Amino acid sequence: MQYHAEVTIGLKSGMLDPEATTIKKALEHLGFPTDSLEMQKRFVLELDAPSRDVAESLVDEMCRRLLANPVIHNFDIEIEESG
Amino acid sequence: MKIAVLQFGGSNCDYDVQYVLTEVVGVDADLVWYKDELEGYDGVVVPGGFSYGDYLRAGAIAARAPIMNSVRKMADKGLPVVGICNGFQILVESGLLPGALMTNRYPKFRCDRVNLRVDNNTSPFTNSFKKGQIIRIPIAHMEGNYFAKEHTISELNSQDRVAFRYVDEQGNATSEVNPNGSIENIAGILNGQGNILGMMPHPERASENILGSKDGKKIFDSMVEYISSF
Repeated sequence: MQYHAEVTIGLKSGMLDPEATTIKKALEHLGFPTDSLEMQKRFVLELDAPSRDVAESLVDEMCRRLLANPVIHNFDIEIEESG
Repeated sequence: MKIAVLQFGGSNCDYDVQYVLTEVVGVDADLVWYKDELEGYDGVVVPGGFSYGDYLRAGAIAARAPIMNSVRKMADKGLPVVGICNGFQILVESGLLPGALMTNRYPKFRCDRVNLRVDNNTSPFTNSFKKGQIIRIPIAHMEGNYFAKEHTISELNSQDRVAFRYVDEQGNATSEVNPNGSIENIAGILNGQGNILGMMPHPERASENILGSKDGKKIFDSMVEYISSF
């Protein structure tokens, strides 16, 4: 079965992200004040797996072993059948 | 005795480290490409650079290369491993050292000479310094902001595993002289056994008088001495 997975990775709450802080300030200069701004990374992938559970656990392992750094990141996985 | 200097795509301090080891310290050192066998070596240096263009996270891709399993095996035997700058990032990404190296708090590439205080002078890399000695070694990095969970930091402190901190000329670890936002001004740390050192500053760039400091050479000298007595 083919699965479509979307992985979103962001810094754990409370961690400073200087890039996001800089972008937030730049938005303020443009007249768009925001209460908070976070940057996240999104990975979109297609993979074959015998079941949805297996697909999900494979993507979870990908996150733990490479895509995210568990020391500093949270990640979220969305999976659906695709064809 | 022979030391391996690892090379990944994008390593760029590999030749400098090899030069310092062979020409300045006077020990055999080979450049070892990440696809080659890491065998017959008594120590490893993971040099700086921008392995794999810092894709994903600095050091993340190189940390997953199979050669890092060989580095882990060598470290398990007690052989010395030092990661410098991107090499430090690779060691934390591979889990050989705790914590993470994040983008500098002021998000800019910092290239500067800094003062470091030697907090641990018992490791195979730092035992020729005096405790509290201030040394001068340059930094050049964008992701040197050391982060770890609170219990990791207290473990590093209680086990005397912080090798170096960024300090002022009097030896005070103030926020003004913290170049990257590292927790507690941490510039270099050791693993639990003390035979793995990761540091953001570049000792290979401070190993000859012509470069303004020879403080970095002592780290390589100590490492070689440790191997001799191994």
